[in-house]
Amino acid sequence: MTATYQESLEGLSRLRGITGVMVVSADDGLVVAESIMEGIPGEAVAALAASLMRRMGTALSAAGFALPSFMHLQAAVGALLVVPAGPDTLLIAIGDQHVNLGLARIEMLQAVEQMA
Amino acid sequence: MSEDIRVMTAQLAADPTSLVFLPLAEALRQRKRLDPALKVILAGLARYPELADAHDLYGRILGDDGNFEQAFDEWGIAIRLDPDHAGAHKGIGFLYFVAGKLDRALEHLLAAQKARPDDQGVVAAIARVRETLQSEGSDTGSPSTTSAVTVPPEEEVDNLAQQVFAGLEGAENGLLLVDQHGQRLGGGLRSPTGQNVADRVAAHLAGVSREATRAARLLDMGDWEALTVQSDDGNLHLASPTADTVLLVVRDSAFPLGRLAALSARAGSAARSWLESLT
Repeated sequence: MTATYQESLEGLSRLRGITGVMVVSADDGLVVAESIMEGIPGEAVAALAASLMRRMGTALSAAGFALPSFMHLQAAVGALLVVPAGPDTLLIAIGDQHVNLGLARIEMLQAVEQMA
Repeated sequence: MSEDIRVMTAQLAADPTSLVFLPLAEALRQRKRLDPALKVILAGLARYPELADAHDLYGRILGDDGNFEQAFDEWGIAIRLDPDHAGAHKGIGFLYFVAGKLDRALEHLLAAQKARPDDQGVVAAIARVRETLQSEGSDTGSPSTTSAVTVPPEEEVDNLAQQVFAGLEGAENGLLLVDQHGQRLGGGLRSPTGQNVADRVAAHLAGVSREATRAARLLDMGDWEALTVQSDDGNLHLASPTADTVLLVVRDSAFPLGRLAALSARAGSAARSWLESLT
């Protein structure tokens, strides 16, 4: 299973502007598989991204909405993208200011299909 | 470092007994620099342990950091030192509201309003709590909680809340302005089944905003600008029009994300104008 993840992650990590991709546990943010550039605190990012997705899920539930199918945090010089990769895992991508967000989103959704 | 923080830091360094630690810690908190804000307020509290304003501010910093249990304790200390402290009553009222203890929430919010009758955030919060109490059929209507101050009719509060986004598409459903404690300042939101979920969702948004700030800082990406979420039931756009507020825009899933961001920008501008008009 991890080998399948790794193959998908390496494909994603070759996209322009992507500096890291990870598959993490949705419950606690533990890293299952990763392909990230040196210097990025992968484990901490994974935990925070999973926590952010959980909080957003709780807010959506309070609104009577279905759980998130895609989340994009845009910051001044980068972006964090998260999609569910099955019931218990999340696919996370970290992008710099050069990332093509539309392409990254499509590739992430395709990668999730491959992982399934 | 901004100029006001630089000046106040210099003042405090020159005179460590100065009360400038209060506006300095507040300025840091408003800029979401919670670690230095904590250091400043703790140093101030070491010198002025009997100062209710300092305990109140410490509570707000802790609350912004998601440490609600300790925030509750600090606001409790502030109230013991100054039984009419509006900020502390407001903070505890919010925590009781989130915990579902509505009678206690109302009690503290009414005390806050008595001390600070012009605080529209408190007025709106009282109306929300009373509305929830009535809908749950548990409003005791006891004289001790209803006769202390005059509460404006709910329609009046709703009108005030709707003024924020007046003229914008979906001003009453799908636009929500929330303060840093998760209290609704304006706008409204209904679930896909038509239920009023504005306050319930608002209570969660402050935590989402804090987590977004942490994630962006951890990645050295600077301040977060927007959080976009897609769900089968709709698209959401979260932004922070001012340091102390969060704006949520919700539209159905067919609404393009680009238009959602544009609508959020217009709503953010309206929110800033409305907030400025209150000061």
